[in-house]
Amino acid sequence: MIPQSFEYLCPETIPEAIALLQQHGDAAKILSGGQSLIPMMKVRLARPEYLIDINRIAGLQYIKEEDGFLKIGGLTREADLEASDLIRSRYPIILDTATLIADPQVRTMATIGGNLAHGDPANDHPATMLALGAEVVAVGPRGERIIAVTDFFLSVLTTALEQDEILTEIRVPAAVPGSGGAYFKLERKVGDFATVGVAAQITLDGAGVCRRAGIGLTNVGPTPIKAHRAEECLLGKPIDEEQIRQAAQLASEQAQPSSDLRGPAEYKSSMVKELTKRALARARERART
Amino acid sequence: MLQKTSPEIGGMGHSVKRKEDLRFVQGKGTYVDDVHLPGMVYGHMVRSPYAHARILGIRSEEARKLPGVLAVITGQDLEKAGLSWMPTLFHDKQMVLATGKVLFMSQEVAFVVAEDRYTAADAAELVEVDYEDLPVLVDPHRALDADAPVLREDREEKTNHIFHWEVGDQKATERVFQSAPVKAGLDAFFQRCHPAPLETCGCVADYNSATGKLTVWETSQAPHAHRTLFALVAGLPENNIRIIAPDIGGGFGNKVPIYPGYVCAVVASLQLERPVKWIETRSENLQSTGFARDYHMTAEIAAERDGKVKALRVKTLADHGAFNAAAQPSKFPAGLFSICTGSYDFSTAFCEVDGVYTNKAPGGIAYRCSFRVTEAAYLIERAMDVLAQELKMDPAELRLKNFIRSDQFPYQCPLGWNYDSGDYHAAMNLALGKIGYAELRKEQAEKRAKGELMGIGISSFTEIVGAGPAHTFDIVGIKMFDSCEIRIHPTGKAIARMGTKSQGQGHETTFAQIVAQELGIPVADVTVEEGDTDTAPYGLGTYASRSTPTAGAATSMASRKIRDKAKKIAAHLLEVSEEDLEWEPGRFFVKGAPSKAKTIQDIAFAAYTNLPPGLEAGLEAVHYYDPPNLTFPFGTYICVVDIDKGTGEVKVRRFVAVDDCGNIINPMIVEGQIHGGLTEGLAIAFMQEIAYDESGNVQGATFMDYLVPTAVETPTWETDKTCTPSPHHPLGAKGVGESPNVGSPAAFVNAVVDALSHLGVRHIDMPVAPWKIWRILKEKGIAE
Amino acid sequence: MAKRKLVHIKVNGRDHEAEIEPRVLLVHFIRDVIELTGTHVGCDTTNCGACTVLLDGRPVKSCTVFAVQAHGREIRTIEGLAANGRLHPLQEGFKEEHGLQCGFCTPGMIMSACALLEKNPHPSEEEIRWGISGNICRCTGYQNIVKAVQYAANKMA
Repeated sequence: MIPQSFEYLCPETIPEAIALLQQHGDAAKILSGGQSLIPMMKVRLARPEYLIDINRIAGLQYIKEEDGFLKIGGLTREADLEASDLIRSRYPIILDTATLIADPQVRTMATIGGNLAHGDPANDHPATMLALGAEVVAVGPRGERIIAVTDFFLSVLTTALEQDEILTEIRVPAAVPGSGGAYFKLERKVGDFATVGVAAQITLDGAGVCRRAGIGLTNVGPTPIKAHRAEECLLGKPIDEEQIRQAAQLASEQAQPSSDLRGPAEYKSSMVKELTKRALARARERART
Repeated sequence: MLQKTSPEIGGMGHSVKRKEDLRFVQGKGTYVDDVHLPGMVYGHMVRSPYAHARILGIRSEEARKLPGVLAVITGQDLEKAGLSWMPTLFHDKQMVLATGKVLFMSQEVAFVVAEDRYTAADAAELVEVDYEDLPVLVDPHRALDADAPVLREDREEKTNHIFHWEVGDQKATERVFQSAPVKAGLDAFFQRCHPAPLETCGCVADYNSATGKLTVWETSQAPHAHRTLFALVAGLPENNIRIIAPDIGGGFGNKVPIYPGYVCAVVASLQLERPVKWIETRSENLQSTGFARDYHMTAEIAAERDGKVKALRVKTLADHGAFNAAAQPSKFPAGLFSICTGSYDFSTAFCEVDGVYTNKAPGGIAYRCSFRVTEAAYLIERAMDVLAQELKMDPAELRLKNFIRSDQFPYQCPLGWNYDSGDYHAAMNLALGKIGYAELRKEQAEKRAKGELMGIGISSFTEIVGAGPAHTFDIVGIKMFDSCEIRIHPTGKAIARMGTKSQGQGHETTFAQIVAQELGIPVADVTVEEGDTDTAPYGLGTYASRSTPTAGAATSMASRKIRDKAKKIAAHLLEVSEEDLEWEPGRFFVKGAPSKAKTIQDIAFAAYTNLPPGLEAGLEAVHYYDPPNLTFPFGTYICVVDIDKGTGEVKVRRFVAVDDCGNIINPMIVEGQIHGGLTEGLAIAFMQEIAYDESGNVQGATFMDYLVPTAVETPTWETDKTCTPSPHHPLGAKGVGESPNVGSPAAFVNAVVDALSHLGVRHIDMPVAPWKIWRILKEKGIAE
Repeated sequence: MAKRKLVHIKVNGRDHEAEIEPRVLLVHFIRDVIELTGTHVGCDTTNCGACTVLLDGRPVKSCTVFAVQAHGREIRTIEGLAANGRLHPLQEGFKEEHGLQCGFCTPGMIMSACALLEKNPHPSEEEIRWGISGNICRCTGYQNIVKAVQYAANKMA
């Protein structure tokens, strides 16, 4: 309940924050929304000696379309994603996802940047970003670099971010006509982590044929999983019931769930199949409107 | 016959808005952690990470060196004061701080005291304990194996067997089973769960060396019993101990026992002569304080081919953890489990229970179940459904056929209880009508033809509450009466105190309503206080739905004593004889001349200013009520569920609860109790378990995994009532707080099994998680 | 020992200044430093919501925020709802509709409901249940809490 003692640092700019990260190395952690980090600190699983609070850095909270991308600032709160007309109207898969994270109070503080940077396969945005083919912007002492989300998640709680980098922006290819997506999350109760989560984003052409498919899986492996075999089987075909079933089967074969308090592994694999069906059906519905 | 009062007076039957709410909605309640005393320091418990291990040594020098640390108390320190062990509430003892070895994960090993909470937490981490692993026993079925590790080296008999208890007629029951044409039964595990009130347990122990008085603010549902026990065990004079149970954030039975944290805080305060606060965290609460249930039960019913039940036999293995810290009446090691014949007219029955020790948290307390009644009700209601399935009979029809009839009351059941009153048919029929049972069965048939899964579950439970009569009931020897003391002031206002202690049940309002009913003094003019042992009369506290049956009755009786005296004063004021007077709520009037009257307020004033010669001044009374019997609330709950074949998730579509708790004091409060208890039942049926792995590690003992439903999971509850007053209670009331937790788990499980019964499913153990259903559907070839 | 920080935090309209360790949780700052004990602690894993307060008008779980994060910002707790001796419609609603029993979840529940009604003055029942899904109640089964929020919504309309 009581965290270990730490020094609190409150930089006002990104370069300042990066300098502090460099200075303190592994003894420092970034405080973003804190809704994953602070609970870990309270049970003393996380014991940073230096906490670098980046919440006072201006210019990191925004949701906009620009240069062919949806750009979301790393400090954008889940509650702001929920409230955004742009997200609701053009990227409903992101609204689905944000709404299903934790609860209203946590969503006030929690950030999308933190949700990705924490590297927890149980977090929800990673699967959605995999499905959307997103990329993240990382800023460090060596400058800025773009990391495709497919290259971002390395293992449990480990991402491609260097210790001295900050995730400043998420970029999603701008929505095109005929595109639609959905995120489905099976949970034991509202506010829980996913027993299984599936994000599906597709683009259909004028003839209803699938031109692009992205499927991401939550909490069924050490990292979020891109169900690429399921995606491939959808390309170039109309998304009918049979296609959906095949894709769902392939997605479940790519899942590597563990048995735990949320259920046995075989149940989770089966639920990947079930949720993939539901997510693809909803994605198709949205793609058609 | 109770006379009706006006809404302004607010007696029985009025949904008076609660008086206690004004402070709660403003955040101005006083819960134990809100108590701040000058010089107060903080305690933090060091706990064992192992389920069974010898303690080789404890080193606290590093902890003591930390600035702000005042003391580190270990079992060895307590041993010197004879306090390293303390008696439990049930013929056993438990370690306060571990000496020699630890017996469950999270067991208390050392108590650190520091100037502030944060330092205490830091210091606790610095206490070093060396452990040596011992073999762990978590499966109660193995507890009596020849090679099972014997856990309790302190006991004379080196065995993990705690007790064997039986009741009923074994021979007669066996005879019936031998010749019965139909036999049906099941093995049912009622999983270990936890009451988890939102406020955890804690205390502030304040020893004042100048006065020699120890004051303990405590989250206690039974403050007087705690005071007496502290006196007996710690050797402190009872007149120098004051327990104050202030506002309590929920109890549900979790706050009946005395916990090591309380004892350590008291010892620390005596040692340091400063107030010591100890508040446990949620994890500590779930891992170490009084759990509930953990009953492995087998039931068999012998019946005729037409469904008439004849005999019941029940065998149960009770897992009590490392110490038998069950809080229940001393003659009943399995509590009131022998109510397991339920609402049905069995001619004979036999019930046996064996208790064993395991390397788990101690207890077996009553969690909103009046001492194991939940287990009993769950078992019989599941067994009746299994029998219905066996006979291919409708479960409602089977129950109606076998209910004890209303003309059979008072009813002596084959396991010894004398049910005071009941009308099971009326409650069932009301519930069936309200839910539209016939239409639902039709709908189910149609859905089944389409492969859709829908179920209807019935639970027609009988409760047994209000412990209890002195001839049978005591807890650690203290009889289970309860009490009320009322004093009327000259201006007609009143103060009333009871030996019970509300943790949300609304006594400040409902007990005032009893006084209002009996004396006609408006609820607003009656102050009710509970929980301070210096001022409240002695009582056994609030749990087991006993407050209304015992303290409520005492309030009524004390009020009537006051009314008797008031009559004498009224006669004096009106210059008539007592026989010429009649009473209506609030006033005595002369028979035939109603305008010649004196109000209770007039009389109160006169009690101090104008008394008849020879009559003592004042207008007050105290009553200690020994209930002549328990009371038997009952009801029928009907639950409708739809199952998502794809995920195994269960959605509760409707839930109708018909409760009969006799005469009702405050319908609004009763309804609220039902809502809350049904929500607990929902959680138990579908979501909750305190589980242990093979090494005795507690699984999921935080709110992350011990799942409490939110408003989203909780359905809308439809409530209704019948009214069969208790013939022996002064107000005809029965108590109701626990009925929904007692009756609902079976309703939920019966509904799910009913949805799957056409596939041959007979039983699913709780918690009925979606994956369990999916697994069944997969076996039956329905899921993919 | 970490360097203490001087924080200025406005609580229920009043300025407060204190020197605290950075690790002090906002809920402990409110309860132990400012001594407003209406905000409660009910768990240790950010689940129960008993500690809910408004930070710059938005609901947060004060057990999962460090007090230093609130430096220069405004907090509203249950004690700051009633104005000029009159109960807030939500407080009235909880009383009128029996939306509480033990009272322990009530302050956090009311603060969440307050934030909900500010964002959505006419919520449906489903929206109310979602809006308070971060607050656990063990006593009421939520049914009367929903009614209490509806009472307040009608009064504030």
